Amino acid sequence: MAFKKPSPLPGFGLSLGYTVFYLSLIVLIPLGALFFRVVTHIGFEDFWKLATSTRAVASYKLTFGASFIAAVINAIFGTLLAWVLTRYTFPGRRLLDALVDFPFALPTAVAGLTLADLFSERGWLGQFLVPMGIKVAYTSLGVIVALTFIGMPFIVRTLQPVLENLEREVEEAAATLGAGRLRTFWSVVLPTLMPALLTGFALSFARAIGEYGSVVFIAGNKHSESEITPLLIFLRLEEYDYTGAMAIAVVMLLFSFVLLIGINLLERWASRFQN
Amino acid sequence: MSIELRNVSKQFGQVRAVEGVTFTVKEGELVALLGPSGGGKTTVLRMIAGLETPTGGDLFIRGERMNDVSVQKRNIGFVFQGYALFKTMSVRENIAFGLKIKKWRTADIEARVDELLKLFGLDGLGARYPHQLSGGQRQRVAIARALAPKPSVLLLDEPFGAVDAKIRQELREWLVRLHHELNVTTIFVTHDQEEALEVSNRIVIFSRGKLEQIGTPRDVYEKPANEFVARFIGVLNVLELKVQNGQARLAELSFPTHGVPEGNTLRIGFRPYAVQISSQLGEYRYRATLKHIFFLGVLLRLELETPSGLTIRTRIIKEEFNRLGIAEGAEVSFQIREYRVLSREGDSLSAEVPVAQLVSLAEGI
Repeated sequence: MAFKKPSPLPGFGLSLGYTVFYLSLIVLIPLGALFFRVVTHIGFEDFWKLATSTRAVASYKLTFGASFIAAVINAIFGTLLAWVLTRYTFPGRRLLDALVDFPFALPTAVAGLTLADLFSERGWLGQFLVPMGIKVAYTSLGVIVALTFIGMPFIVRTLQPVLENLEREVEEAAATLGAGRLRTFWSVVLPTLMPALLTGFALSFARAIGEYGSVVFIAGNKHSESEITPLLIFLRLEEYDYTGAMAIAVVMLLFSFVLLIGINLLERWASRFQN
Repeated sequence: MSIELRNVSKQFGQVRAVEGVTFTVKEGELVALLGPSGGGKTTVLRMIAGLETPTGGDLFIRGERMNDVSVQKRNIGFVFQGYALFKTMSVRENIAFGLKIKKWRTADIEARVDELLKLFGLDGLGARYPHQLSGGQRQRVAIARALAPKPSVLLLDEPFGAVDAKIRQELREWLVRLHHELNVTTIFVTHDQEEALEVSNRIVIFSRGKLEQIGTPRDVYEKPANEFVARFIGVLNVLELKVQNGQARLAELSFPTHGVPEGNTLRIGFRPYAVQISSQLGEYRYRATLKHIFFLGVLLRLELETPSGLTIRTRIIKEEFNRLGIAEGAEVSFQIREYRVLSREGDSLSAEVPVAQLVSLAEGI
């Protein structure tokens, strides 16, 4: 093959074959099947009607909007968290570091239950927030809180290795050239972090779009208000409305695909200095 | 007087990295800070830059006390050992960085960057990113970036440490030429004595946080202030002699006592070139076997072994060696033409030869 380079480890053909087979089995075939079924079983007009009902559109807005906001929040505060964990040594740092993985390990239903209880009118936080007019539980705000919770580790864990490899000398070099701290962070450190930050953002965003367990507990699932798309798909299935469920599912599939490709392109742009 | 350190110290926790260092660097000088690793030379450089704060003493740049002036305001150019280029920026952007911060006008920045690219032989590389450059090119970008805002002092930390031998030599010569052209006060750190001797106008020698000697390359080589300097600059044979029957002796060798009482020791040192060799066994006083010949190019390094097993290191130029017509294993005679008294134990008399002063002998020993 033309693009085969000599390598001390043999087996490019075999490993590529395996990769394609594995990806097909796990990802491409199931998704392709879904797409194929929608295309062959539902006419375009029916599909359009099912996919763009007011309830469905409201759920898309909530799912993608809340996921985006959660990923942005995580990008800012996750960066701060990763910075503190890699840059400073203080008592309890290892414990804090271990806690970062908590949202990974916790069953999402437990997270949802905990959050719903915390923010309900009689909950620890809710009893102060609700009188102030801030309703978290059973609103779209609750969806953002839950999605922020589950997406946080992605940013921290993708940034940590890059932060550890940052050379102190580079920051000192900026200082000797007259740059203050803010300028050094903004023009020197942040561009270096950007590719990893975007990867973390994409992972956090993607995880949030697919999230179901924690959200349904805290969202209250009000019709066209705090109802996320995965839940809507589930409800359609419960009503034995397979075509309705699949139409919405395909929309999600396409949306997610386009978003991930977009983020990937952005990542490539941000890491242009490496290639 | 461009840079002055008065009794400057730096302590990291319990470790005293630099202790009471005093020296001055004149405007336009090219000075080397030389010493073994851990000697404190990099800490001194970083204190001049403002990257470390002295824990004692005063630091002046152009007559102004700088101890509490931040690194951003010192107007120095610093070249790091690992170059520390901004990898997300092109060569142009790297060089322009300091100028943008100093708020130069865009047209002036462009002109200055073009000028530096040309001066540093980097034409056509302006759009490249650091990872697309060779080690030598990165080095030059780092120096160009440091010089761009026209600093009053250029500081370089082990500037030639990370490149291979041939490029290293080129860079050394290039730095000397550059300094000649720009005439900016330059201080560089090195652990390589050869580099310091070759490149600098003056050398400041450090060991264990203390200043051992400051002087021109010739001074420190020919008139070392103490045994450390004598051993660190160039090669030195050191002999520990015992005084017996009015002679300082070690194996076959005997020297004057230089006032050391009977039974005590006298340490002397001599350079390899102070040893004279002859293939005629009767010509000089001592005899030895030529054990090893190391070929260094124009010079050869010879190792002699006396019958009682003492090793003497010498250097000899190729022509001289060819004239002798000897090979490994040959029997030779030798004498020591000049040496230095390094220390005298229990010296009760007034010293006839001060410590570390050269003893030259017309006859040889």
